[in-house]
Amino acid sequence: MDIRLSGINHSYDDLEVLRDVTLDIPSGKIVCVVGPSGCGKSTLLRLIGGLERPTSGEILQMGDVPENCLNPLTYVFQDFALLPWRTVHGNISLVLEDHGIRGARAQVIIDDVLERTRLTDFAKALPRQLSGGMKQRVAIARALAVNPAVMLMDEPLSALDSQTRELLIDDLVALWSRTPFTAVYVTHNLAEAVRLGHLIVVLSRRPGEIREIVEIDKPLADRRYADPDLEIQQKRLWDLMREEARAADEELIHV
Amino acid sequence: MSEKSSKPRSVEFRGGGFAPVSHRWVGLVVFIVLIVLAEVGTQTGFISALTMPKPSDVLETFHQLYVSGLLWKHLVPSITRLLVGATLGITVGIWVGVMIGLFSYVRAGLVPLVAAIFPIPKIALLPLFVIWFGIDEASKYALIAFGTFTPTVVATYGAVDNVDRTLIRMGQSFGLSWTSIVRKIVLPGAMAGILSGLRISMAIAIILLVAAEMLGAEYGIGAYILEAGSLYDLERLFAGVVILSVMGVLVSAAISAVERKLLGWRT
Ligand SMILES: Nc1ncnc2c1ncn2[C@@H]1O[C@H](COP(=O)(O)OP(=O)(O)OP(=O)(O)O)[C@@H](O)[C@H]1O
Ligand SMILES: [Mg+2]
Repeated sequence: MDIRLSGINHSYDDLEVLRDVTLDIPSGKIVCVVGPSGCGKSTLLRLIGGLERPTSGEILQMGDVPENCLNPLTYVFQDFALLPWRTVHGNISLVLEDHGIRGARAQVIIDDVLERTRLTDFAKALPRQLSGGMKQRVAIARALAVNPAVMLMDEPLSALDSQTRELLIDDLVALWSRTPFTAVYVTHNLAEAVRLGHLIVVLSRRPGEIREIVEIDKPLADRRYADPDLEIQQKRLWDLMREEARAADEELIHV
Repeated sequence: MSEKSSKPRSVEFRGGGFAPVSHRWVGLVVFIVLIVLAEVGTQTGFISALTMPKPSDVLETFHQLYVSGLLWKHLVPSITRLLVGATLGITVGIWVGVMIGLFSYVRAGLVPLVAAIFPIPKIALLPLFVIWFGIDEASKYALIAFGTFTPTVVATYGAVDNVDRTLIRMGQSFGLSWTSIVRKIVLPGAMAGILSGLRISMAIAIILLVAAEMLGAEYGIGAYILEAGSLYDLERLFAGVVILSVMGVLVSAAISAVERKLLGWRT
């Protein structure tokens, strides 16, 4: 399933947040969205997922959702959003229960996603017993359990330290290589964007407009930590963003 | 470092305290010490028999009460009143509190009303309840229910307000139904606050139980205490008070047990 955004504008009262965003999210690709603080990245993601309605413009789902898809547009949150009173297993079964999937059928799905996120041994653990990286893997497992058409990820690695982040990038690449998924991946971190993005959408400062869409052809599996090709791309992105980021930073101080 | 070369000293520990540690036996020791002091004081005559009965006499009175079967005659109606009234008030209170927490119109309509009835001493309303519900049990149930209702409502909607909104957003983003979100996210998230509100509500329930029984009941702990008081029978008065305290401790222990069961994930 593809997603097409056409002419999206969004304002909160007088505050114009997004301006004329037109974007295609192709099936099976990871689209990274980068941009300075407060430029409307999270807002864009909420619009795509239907948690908010755009002031004007259209968001279309094109084509059929995959088989067994329980929740076509599924979020992975920055702060994990795991229920602290449920175990890893319980947090995943939470999103299946409402679709009437229980017992053995649920177990098959849960075992599968735990295996894919290397969490099989932690099914009975409570979130507070897990490290940040493992919590986010649980959240990813939960998202995979509903077999989404598009994963909407809002800075999923920002709450983690940099080593854990590297490990999780590898995990995400491995997951994608095994079964390609479609994702919109919002991040502040350009290194993350060049490692994970097939397309990188650069937004200007608020009101967020698309400055440029960069395509990176190198296959995900071939991209490495401190890859020289990627460093060049990353530097180009930073040159695009530097002035915007500085201006956005000063704007926030003056608010 | 450079100023004076003094001997190396070990770093002083100053991080103690402020962390709750369970020392349950201390509470018991405090009780026992107080009782022993009272016993010694009354035995030696240091405490006059007119001001305080001997703890051993109170125990003897209690024994009599038990043997004569009067204990159950007083306890059973009291506990029934407490359970029926409190269950009613707390159930409705939690329900209303959740509704206030979830719907802004309900909040706008009911919060001022709750604020208006919270400070009314509910005992003052007993005559009204007697007119409405009759002199029998129903008016006592109503009094206790009404008294536990308001603190439960306030604690519940405060707890619902404090449930992490990102968890609710998460539930919505996975397409969970409204009832699932309330049942699986809002209620468990609010449970800690609801249970600490229950402690207050149950204490109020016991106070109101005694008040209601003092104002008109043949049997019940309140009636027993009132009768003892009017005869200046200090042993029986104290026996009654001890029963109330034990009830308070038991209720508190029961809530603690529920907390350990439902909130085990916190520690
Ligand atoms: N519900 C809301 N009501 C009013 N203003 C909002 C709301 N949500 C976001 N905003 C404002 O819209 C702007 C964009 O917010 P958004 O969270 O989308 O930015 P962002 O790009 O995700 O920022 P960050 O990089 O800090 O995560 C900000 O100025 C923010 O204050
Ligand atoms: Mg954001």
